[in-house]
Amino acid sequence: MSTKTNHFPWNHLIGFVLSIALTLLAVFVAFNTDFSKTVIVWVIGILAIFQALIQLFMFMHVTEGKEGMINVVNMVYSIFLALVIVFGSIWVLTSGHAAMH
Amino acid sequence: MSLDEFFVTGDPLILASQIAIGLTMIGLIALITYLKRWKWLWNEWFTTVDHKKIGIMYIISGVLMFFRGGVDGLLMKAQTSRPELEFLDAQHYDEIFTTHGVIMILFMAMPLLIGLMNVVIPLQIGARDVAFPKLNALSFWLFFAGAMLFNVSFVIGGSPDAGWTSYFPLAGKEFTPGVGNNYYAIALQIAGIGTLATGINFVVTIIKMRAPGMTWMRLPIFVWSTFITSIIIVAAFPIFTVALAYMTLDRLFGTHFFTVANGGDPMLWLNLFWLWGHPEVYIVVLPAFGMFSEVIATFARKNLYGYKSMVYAVAGIAFLSMLVWVHHFYTMGNSAAVNSIFSLTTMMIAIPTGVKIFNWLFTLRKGRIEFSTAMLWSLAFIPCFTIGGVTGVMLAMAAADYQYHNTMFLVAHFHYVLIPGVVFAVFAGLYYWWPKMFGFKLNEKIGKWHFWLFVIGFNMTFMPMFFVGLDGMSRRMYTYSASTGWAGWLGFSAIGSIILAAGFAALCYNIYWSFRYASRDVGNDPWNGRTLEWATASPAPHYNFAKVPEVDRLDAYWYMKKEGNTGLKKSDLKPVHMPSNSWTPIFLAVVFGVVGFFLVFEWFTLAILASIGIVVGLVANSFDYDDGYHISVEELADEEREWRGDLQ
Ligand code: HEM
Ligand SMILES: [Cu+2]
Repeated sequence: MSTKTNHFPWNHLIGFVLSIALTLLAVFVAFNTDFSKTVIVWVIGILAIFQALIQLFMFMHVTEGKEGMINVVNMVYSIFLALVIVFGSIWVLTSGHAAMH
Repeated sequence: MSLDEFFVTGDPLILASQIAIGLTMIGLIALITYLKRWKWLWNEWFTTVDHKKIGIMYIISGVLMFFRGGVDGLLMKAQTSRPELEFLDAQHYDEIFTTHGVIMILFMAMPLLIGLMNVVIPLQIGARDVAFPKLNALSFWLFFAGAMLFNVSFVIGGSPDAGWTSYFPLAGKEFTPGVGNNYYAIALQIAGIGTLATGINFVVTIIKMRAPGMTWMRLPIFVWSTFITSIIIVAAFPIFTVALAYMTLDRLFGTHFFTVANGGDPMLWLNLFWLWGHPEVYIVVLPAFGMFSEVIATFARKNLYGYKSMVYAVAGIAFLSMLVWVHHFYTMGNSAAVNSIFSLTTMMIAIPTGVKIFNWLFTLRKGRIEFSTAMLWSLAFIPCFTIGGVTGVMLAMAAADYQYHNTMFLVAHFHYVLIPGVVFAVFAGLYYWWPKMFGFKLNEKIGKWHFWLFVIGFNMTFMPMFFVGLDGMSRRMYTYSASTGWAGWLGFSAIGSIILAAGFAALCYNIYWSFRYASRDVGNDPWNGRTLEWATASPAPHYNFAKVPEVDRLDAYWYMKKEGNTGLKKSDLKPVHMPSNSWTPIFLAVVFGVVGFFLVFEWFTLAILASIGIVVGLVANSFDYDDGYHISVEELADEEREWRGDLQ
């Protein structure tokens, strides 16, 4: 992975601004809109995921360094597995006969 | 609880084993004391953190467990050899197939494979040890404690009897009240922690400890398969940990995760069990594939055909392995959509597996094949495993599986996958790497006996099971009437199992014979190998490599030999840093075993008291500031001269 050589930390600045923007957006959605509670929770959840991604890429530099690739693959695979296990199990256990009673 | 509830009594077979076990223990202790070997055992083996010795201990345990599981198998075969025999009763048969299944998969296949991984992987990547040597020792001892705890059930308290899958509701307290199934939950938990730690250890080792120049696409294929296997371990074993914890809570503390009462769901157990269980079969088969690849390339005197496609195939199998678990319970009444999707994913696994089969065949093509015993196992593996694979695709079709499910057809299928896939591989690996472990070869002639008896016996034992299965014989049946017409097939199968056992006996004899008589003059590279483990002495010195090798391509050692730079300059030597032995792993494992034993009997006060030992072990370990020791250049040079002659 390339090590950045530019002197001004653009990445950090963009990350910082985006983080603040996302946080303010969440506050705005929670206090100043008329969406139902479920919608608000979903919106905040999605914003939180973006927030986490910004942290990981802009500040924690997961893609950089010798192990960058490995870290990313590792995280993507773990998330994938968690989703398969949770939603797969729910799907399997609630369809078919189980769904009929 | 009275004493005769504690010890299993009333069965002559078990009484005989109790006496035999007692006498063997006393005999062993007496022998070791007489030979004054306690100190040696403690210093050289019990407290060792050397990956090679840990590997050897895994292998010894695995062979012993193979014996135990094999005797179980023979007893079952004897019982069904004739209709309506009364050699074993139903209860006894249940206990035996349960312990057979658990022992074969978790205490035979796993330790033998992990043992060979331990011995070979650090050598193949040019490392001096695994990333966390002490954790490695802990892995072994936890596995060992779990295995021993599980085996004790046979004579103390009673064996588990709900199948190796231990499905609820049968495995619940309501239907299986004794302590037998507590053993299942707790012993497997303890061994499982060890396996999980092994997985982590090998992931880190292979990422971090490769020799300079060994990029990902220069990894020997066995290292690749071990790496991916370790990732599956890390992904899948926690699921089993959780499932077993729920089971323990249900059985010991009356919770209702898996009982219908109070909103639990027995199907949740099946679901979790197979979410781990299917990946588990790939955990045992992928390292085996890796070993075959090494052996085939070496004895065909060619580089492995399609190296890259092999790597992608292993990765593809690993990816799919997490997506197929429902094929073990199509008949539970899932929706058509669920069954179709899982049929599809299951059949897709045949594609990367087929790629591997063809790669092996193309490696053989036009090779100068040497029929060593290790190679024979690999050659026999291909057709036998293909039978297992093809019947697997038959079972994968959900609609057809309603016919095959839980019949002897299934039993034949998984033995055709597991025995060629795992047992043949372990045998191939043992014959191949034996000189690296011990400094002499196993006898090739006895090896051929071992091979032919085992392969013929194997096919005779399990081929008939396909036919009785298609004829309607369900699995786990302890007897049948003559009118079924199965007696001929099953009698034939029973004879086959005796030949199979003779094959195993030939292996044991071979080990004995070779220890006593085999030539010690095998050199460092007896098979004309291709990978780095052959670049160092046989048996490998405790520091593995005097100088860490540098790698500039695949099959590095092959080209080093060609270019004649296998020598060693004294000026290149530097002091080697080695880890010290540690008593904490074995201590912790003993305490885990004791706590587990108390939990099995639900003696909670004792269990809590004993677990103080775990805290003590952990604290002692944290204050262990031993940073290891150094081997000086002089010592290195002396040891290297012993097999190289003079250094350059
Ligand atoms: C040494 C030769 C072997 C013999 C003679 C043998 C024989 C048998 C028999 C007769 C059964 C029970 C069939 C039934 O009534 O349902 C069985 C089940 C089983 N075997 Fe083997 N087997 C052998 C090796 C292995 C190996 C090497 C493995 C795994 C690596 C293995 C794994 C299993 C499993 C998982 C079961 C299912 C247990 C259950 O139903 O809960 N066996 N075997
Ligand atoms: Cu499966």
